[in-house]
Amino acid sequence: MSDPATPGDGRVVLGPDDVSRALTRIAHEILEHNKGAAGLVVLGIPTRGLPLAHRLAERLASVEPDFDPQTQLGSLDITMHRDDLRRAPVRPIGATTLPASGIDDKTVVLVDDVLYSGRTIRAALDALSDLGRPRAVRLAVLVDRGHRELPIRADHVGKNLPTASTERVRVMLTETDGRDAVLISDAASGGEG
Amino acid sequence: MDHLLSAADLDHATAVRILDTAAELAATQGREIKKLPTLRGRTVVNLFFEDSTRTRISFETAAKRLSADVINFAAKGSSVSKGESLKDTALTLQAMGADAVVIRHQASGAPHLLANSGWVQAAVVNAGDGTHQHPTQALLDAYTLRRHLVGPQTAGQDLAGLRVAVVGDVLHSRVARSNVDLLHTLGARVTLVAPPTLLPVGVEAWPCDVSYHLDEVLEQAPDAVMMLRVQRERMSSAGGGFFPGPLEYSRRYGLDARRLAVLPSHAIVMHPGPMNRGLEISAEAADSPQAVIVEQVANGVAVRMAVLYLLLAGGRREDVA
Amino acid sequence: MTDYLLRGARPLGGEPVDVLISGGVIAAIGADDDAPRDDAHVIDAEGLVLLPGLVDLHTHLREPGREDAETVESGTRAAALGGFTAVHAMANTNPVADTAGVVEQVYHLGRRAGWVDVFPVGAVSIGLEGERLAELGAMADSEARVRVFSDDGKCVSDPVLMRRALEYVKALDGVIAQHAQEPRLTEHAQMHEGVVSAQIGLAGWPAVAEEAIIARDVLLAEHVGSRLHVCHLSTAGSVEIVRWAKGRGIDVTAEVTPHHLVLTDELARGYDARFKVNPPLRTQADVDAVRAGLADGTIDIVATDHAPHTVEDKDCEWAAAAFGMTGLETALSVVQEAMVDTGLMDWADVARVLSSAPALIGRVEDRHGRPIAVGEPANLTLVDPAARRTVDPRTQATASPNTPYRGRELPGRVVATFLRGRATVLDGKAVLGA
Repeated sequence: MSDPATPGDGRVVLGPDDVSRALTRIAHEILEHNKGAAGLVVLGIPTRGLPLAHRLAERLASVEPDFDPQTQLGSLDITMHRDDLRRAPVRPIGATTLPASGIDDKTVVLVDDVLYSGRTIRAALDALSDLGRPRAVRLAVLVDRGHRELPIRADHVGKNLPTASTERVRVMLTETDGRDAVLISDAASGGEG
Repeated sequence: MDHLLSAADLDHATAVRILDTAAELAATQGREIKKLPTLRGRTVVNLFFEDSTRTRISFETAAKRLSADVINFAAKGSSVSKGESLKDTALTLQAMGADAVVIRHQASGAPHLLANSGWVQAAVVNAGDGTHQHPTQALLDAYTLRRHLVGPQTAGQDLAGLRVAVVGDVLHSRVARSNVDLLHTLGARVTLVAPPTLLPVGVEAWPCDVSYHLDEVLEQAPDAVMMLRVQRERMSSAGGGFFPGPLEYSRRYGLDARRLAVLPSHAIVMHPGPMNRGLEISAEAADSPQAVIVEQVANGVAVRMAVLYLLLAGGRREDVA
Repeated sequence: MTDYLLRGARPLGGEPVDVLISGGVIAAIGADDDAPRDDAHVIDAEGLVLLPGLVDLHTHLREPGREDAETVESGTRAAALGGFTAVHAMANTNPVADTAGVVEQVYHLGRRAGWVDVFPVGAVSIGLEGERLAELGAMADSEARVRVFSDDGKCVSDPVLMRRALEYVKALDGVIAQHAQEPRLTEHAQMHEGVVSAQIGLAGWPAVAEEAIIARDVLLAEHVGSRLHVCHLSTAGSVEIVRWAKGRGIDVTAEVTPHHLVLTDELARGYDARFKVNPPLRTQADVDAVRAGLADGTIDIVATDHAPHTVEDKDCEWAAAAFGMTGLETALSVVQEAMVDTGLMDWADVARVLSSAPALIGRVEDRHGRPIAVGEPANLTLVDPAARRTVDPRTQATASPNTPYRGRELPGRVVATFLRGRATVLDGKAVLGA
């Protein structure tokens, strides 16, 4: 987990209010497309996809009382399905918890913080296929920064952020980093995880 | 972590990490599709100089569930055979491109030699060397203890405060040595129970208590009792026998129904297998609801998956920027 | 034969004098005579210590039978480089040295090689099997003139056989040198039984297995009125037993190896079989006790137990490896480091434990271990105690690389060795000179 940002981490492109509004809009979009809450399973991808999924679930439940986070919220860790494990020291495995009723025939909404190359989502789709057969899979992300390397697109986007590949996008959330913000900086060292 | 040679090499953080990883992997083993693609393209060699179907199958299953290729190398090597066996075998494995070598050998220190000799580049996993160490057994034992005895949430947890009795032939047991090391690291308190002839000179230096009296130890209400296998051969060598005979052994050190009843209701009964039913453990005890012996076997696969994952999935230090 | 003038040498570490070697003897000491010295080859011996040629009472030359590990030629050359002028070659060869024929063969091999005097040790029992006495008399009467008998490698564990042997050698002015190891207590043993062996899972060799045999043997020697020599004594308890026995007037002598003066069982932790030896490396307390025992004379001599082994016999898992370490070329340095540089002994003591005392036990004191005096045979060693060198098995003369000191820096360097006035080592190098 990262520490609260210090000046020099980049310029803020989304502040706390922007993040909140984006999540509210995404929640409405999800319910609109699904025509309600029935059959939805929201799965956050660790690390920051998880708190985002939790916040989405709260909003879904407040708009649509039928939505029950106890049985319609979970996490999906994709470490074991990554295609780039050899490029870094071995990673810890995050938790995968599915609702008891599983994902068969459900509409799974994957939630992540940043959509970039698309490889994380590709791994998530592989992981999902080992767990069951959803009726449909949709993707909600807080930020889409372009530069896709695979034919993957998000259904719900908080903010489209065109970036140069030399730039670094950093999402901070209160649950993990102490504040809500999305920052862009010029990369000095290393890429994103 | 480059190799897993001894439980004594694992610090607290690494041990907990292995257990946490095993817990996540155990969840995958409960699903219909148990296979994960993570170690695809990697080659794991089972190099077993001692017969052991159950441990070998456990490692083989673990490797295959991670999509690794598995090669089983059953080498013949008695303790008097020349070292060419180990060295030449190792060079052959290196030429075959082994990424990991799981080795079981009758000579203590053989995995250490393999890991440090420069004969192979592979990660070395000790599946049991002589009377020295069997670290994955201790890990699966610790995992089993944690699952049953530590709260509902086990992630990040160790075994602090738990009291475990390890009973049997400690002198010849690599399982005992590994468990004393690992359980101590994880904060548990271990009491070894054995007749004096089956305790090594120097055991006083180990981080555990020692007792010759099983009933006294059981009365202190341990949270778990781990029974070690006693080999019948040890009872029979004339003048060199460690014990008068099986009957006296069971009477004084066997876990029977009477002793089982003394245990607190939450306590679990463990055994690394294979069991001598009627010798160190009675059928009632082995089949009782408190016995987790069969579960230990299943946990072994998850723990070994975790070990292989942590050793092989990431880049080697030299390859990673 | 070339004459040598050792200018400024310090006999037994004493005051510097000039020593003239001529005609195979010490011809002059000091400047107070008219011995001709103009043709002498001059060796600048300033600061160097002059010792009587060292005598090793316990060496394994492996020939006949294991010439892949060492030969009489390579082993004795190593001995000369280590400052030795005489070695006693143990009998556990193949065939075993249990007849006059084999001991004479070894004796002649030594003479032909010409580096040191080789005195073969005869086996106590036929084939080292510990059942029947070998022909000790024939060996004593042979050209090899055997006086030391040992089944070393194995223990004469049968108490009746040991008694008979002790009695029998009285007629030969011989001595039984016992490898003290109760075989039943040490079946499959790999290293010292203690805290380390328990942790690393290697079968233990308990100290009592050595001490119990020594205790029995000193009492037997007392009972039959015979001499006893204890090989490679390694434990504190053994030192106390020998001290007690000598206090009672029992005619017992004891030896310690250089490695037991400096190395402990902690070295086994890495499973490096170079440290596998019999008797095993013991604890620090034992090392302290044998050092004290050597310093106070309870232990009479240092003997190398030089045990060469081929690469295959050591480059493997511990349990499969052979027991033994080489030692001829490092013995003097190790003794200097452990005993002289620590102040426990001086160079005169070194001469005693490495030359005169072993010569006496081996009954070669008429030729070796002599005082450094005019007229004595010139069996001499010149040592530079200030030198330091790093041990590299690749540059050693012994054919086997199993030295426990590989990569270790040791003090002292043998500069020259003379065998009856003929140089075998000059400037630290072996020379087959005249």
